[in-house]
Amino acid sequence: MVPAKKKSRMFKKMVAGKIEDGERPSKTAIYINGRLIGFHDDGDSLVAELRAKRRAGEISPEVNFALNRATGELQVSTDSGRARRPYIVVENGKSLYTPEMVKKVESGELKWNELIKMGVIEYLDAEEENDIAFVAADEKHITEKSTHMEIDPVSICGVTVSQLTYPEHNSSPRITMACAMSKQSLGFYASNYNLRMDSRAHILYYPQEPLVQSEPYRHMNFHRRPAGQNFVVAITSYYGYNMGDAVVMNKNAVDRGLGRSVFFKVHESEERRYPGGQKDKFESPNPTVSGYREEYMYRYLGDDGIVVPESEVQSKDVLVGKTSPPRFLEEVSAFGLTEEKKRENSLVIKSGDEGVVDSVMLTESPSGNKFVKVRVRSIKVPENGDKFASRHGQKGVIGLLVPQEDMPFTESGIVPDLIINPHAIPSRMTAGHLIEMLGGKAACFTGERVNGTAFSGQDAEEFKQTLKEQGFESYGKEILYDGLSGERIESEVFVGVIYYQRLHHLVSNKMHVRSRGPVQLLTHQPTEGKAREGGLRFGEMERDCLIGYGASMLVRERMLEESDKTVELVCNKCGMIAVHDFIKRRDYCPLCDSVELYKVEMSYAFKLLLDEIKAIGILPRLKLKDKA
Amino acid sequence: MATHKATRAQIDSGEAVGIVAAQSIGEPGTQMTMRTFHYAGVAEQVPTGLPRLIELLDARKEPKKPIMDVYVDEKYEETEEKCRQIAAQIQAVMLEDIGKIEERLGTREIMVILDPAVLKERKLDIDDIKAALKKFSGGEVHASGNEVKISFKGSTLRAIRRVTNKIRSVHMAGVKGISRAAVLKNGNKHFIRTAGSNIAEIAKIPGVDFKRSYTNNIMEVNRVLGIEAARNAIILEIMQVLESQRMDVDVRHVALLADAMTMDGLIRSVGRHGLSGRKAGVLARAAFEETLKHLINAAVTGEEDKLIGITENIIIGQTIPVGTGIVKLARRI
Repeated sequence: MVPAKKKSRMFKKMVAGKIEDGERPSKTAIYINGRLIGFHDDGDSLVAELRAKRRAGEISPEVNFALNRATGELQVSTDSGRARRPYIVVENGKSLYTPEMVKKVESGELKWNELIKMGVIEYLDAEEENDIAFVAADEKHITEKSTHMEIDPVSICGVTVSQLTYPEHNSSPRITMACAMSKQSLGFYASNYNLRMDSRAHILYYPQEPLVQSEPYRHMNFHRRPAGQNFVVAITSYYGYNMGDAVVMNKNAVDRGLGRSVFFKVHESEERRYPGGQKDKFESPNPTVSGYREEYMYRYLGDDGIVVPESEVQSKDVLVGKTSPPRFLEEVSAFGLTEEKKRENSLVIKSGDEGVVDSVMLTESPSGNKFVKVRVRSIKVPENGDKFASRHGQKGVIGLLVPQEDMPFTESGIVPDLIINPHAIPSRMTAGHLIEMLGGKAACFTGERVNGTAFSGQDAEEFKQTLKEQGFESYGKEILYDGLSGERIESEVFVGVIYYQRLHHLVSNKMHVRSRGPVQLLTHQPTEGKAREGGLRFGEMERDCLIGYGASMLVRERMLEESDKTVELVCNKCGMIAVHDFIKRRDYCPLCDSVELYKVEMSYAFKLLLDEIKAIGILPRLKLKDKA
Repeated sequence: MATHKATRAQIDSGEAVGIVAAQSIGEPGTQMTMRTFHYAGVAEQVPTGLPRLIELLDARKEPKKPIMDVYVDEKYEETEEKCRQIAAQIQAVMLEDIGKIEERLGTREIMVILDPAVLKERKLDIDDIKAALKKFSGGEVHASGNEVKISFKGSTLRAIRRVTNKIRSVHMAGVKGISRAAVLKNGNKHFIRTAGSNIAEIAKIPGVDFKRSYTNNIMEVNRVLGIEAARNAIILEIMQVLESQRMDVDVRHVALLADAMTMDGLIRSVGRHGLSGRKAGVLARAAFEETLKHLINAAVTGEEDKLIGITENIIIGQTIPVGTGIVKLARRI
């Protein structure tokens, strides 16, 4: 190493001369945590030496070295915030983690930290990986070039993938989907859920730990907070009710609690303060208050103006009665007293949020106001349109709930909980789904969990053997009998047990209808979105279809009558839209003062368009003519 | 019976043919792949699929890769010879193809060393070259043997370099714009496919069957053969693209599109600068694109919207004049 004093001079020299010539630097620049500290003649031997020392325990295992041969830079990193992961060190084509060590580790004689001290396991950061690491997935794949080995091949997967079973048998897009969906599954997310006030929460009834699970799944203790249930699944069609990723479910199984969950939703209200010392008040509003709702909507309110727990609240029922001061300051009345005119501002249940009031929490908001949280609970029994998915990216919505007696049954009287369509399998290439079904079925007989860890899970041959021993067809196929006719179904059907997740896309939370309802202030057209009780947009392409069909009257009905129809008075002389003088109670043309006005039916959007055209400085005129 | 069937097959008055055509082409079009097929030879890199369709509808001045299929008279078709001969004849020859061009900056000369074999093959004379060079170079031209010398007096070196670059691409023989011509075989009939298109010149070459010869350059068809031919060319080209993508679209939809594109005697693109930008109603144009531009122009010229089109009537909220809405009372009682 170059003494520190000399370094800056040398650095200047190199910048000024050598490096700019484009030659490869003859010396290696050494950086510690990105800061240049000196130069060395032989970078390669330096890194080798440093690494040897780290493995020998002379240098902290938390230091990483990365030599960039192209730029002649050695990066030594000791700082925090680097992502590092452990590997088993391989030297001369041999793993340093010997079978003897394995025994010692199993018996507890040898600990993780000791293995690191011994230089058997080392942590690499991203930079050092790029420099030297040539990592074998497992012992079989070690070559002469290998420098490291994975502790387990699953560790090439992240948290989400590694909790899946048999992902190596699935196509990659399905793995991605399986990961995305497992995050939407309902389960037992926290054991203190009853004390929590999450704005939305789902709790699955009878969560089960999967029969087929991966090792990381257990390491993460996921089995103690499971998010799914083991379903008996048959892969066959059912009178067309499971076409196109729909699934058919056993009604009786659902009634017994399969896939059932509770949904908690928390509603909040605050006694706000306003400038001028006024504030809101929680109370059951007096009928004289402006904007008073119908009386029955307040029926569950207690004396404090807040709902009583365990009341069954319907849509539009009031959860928290609240009155607010008027929006504008009142004039002083004749008697010199300001009459209290309050405004109704209650917290109301919206459509789709019906349920039972679970608990009420009274507290203080950050700004010191009275603050109330009301948790409403509703039981969500699986119904048509609810979404389910396995851990293989195989998702589907319920197409039909079938009474058990109408479902197909096996020779031994087993009735599937779920029937999925065989077309879901070949094009998606989710062989893992089938293997898990087979493994789950075998697990039912052995009474033991099946290991479905990526790359090292139990082989399907084992399951076949188990099934054979139990007198089943070894590929999992069964003879089914039609539940309706009792006749034997000609072909054999694959039946197995597989872990299914209920996903939080529930019809009951999304369902929405509108016949008449609110309109927007600006355009007089119906509002948009479920929250605003809106309509569904009849868009351009939909309109084109009606035009293409020649249905003129229907187009007019959709675009005008059912939308923003208005009648405006138009001046026959100048083509302007007339105005109404409320004081004189008369209509007149604002441009020419004429009263020769005619009623014209038009869309409000058009009237608005005319106004906007006027706003850009163009005067549009309407020429009136009698309709032929 | 036949007349009855024919009458029944006619489109009813008030049918929204335009929208039906647009939807019929548009719907399968969404599934059209960006994939282009690869052929060997000249035909390669001619855009097919979506890029070509866009090119056609945009009515570009020049297609990305103009090509021609030139047929020879039927009696020569069976043998390759005549085709080869014509192919050689129409392929444009530039100076750099027939000889080496050397700059001698020291003596301020450009030497063109000609290849006599190529010269013979192309039926060119040294005098032709001399003449051409005289015209383009602006220097003094001397010829001796297979060499042509151009000498400059007082020109800057930069000017000489400019001349060198210019004379490289001096057109010597063949048809202008045809960069390559290859003889292809269809069954036992031969024809010539060219890269580059110049149908007017091809017509003048003896032995060429002009009636069957084909170009994919719509604009050129319009220039040489007129708008009716261009209309047919558009239909043919669009159908070719659609069929190559296995899109089963009825010709009549495409024919309507081509009619719309050519109805005012010029080829109009589909879009802001063409069809949609020239609609009769102000409101319809303003509703499409560049709203303000159309409104302001209408205000300046005092335009009146007669409310003839569909869009206008939807905007103001009237029954649209199409389908059931086209029927009017003949007389009020």
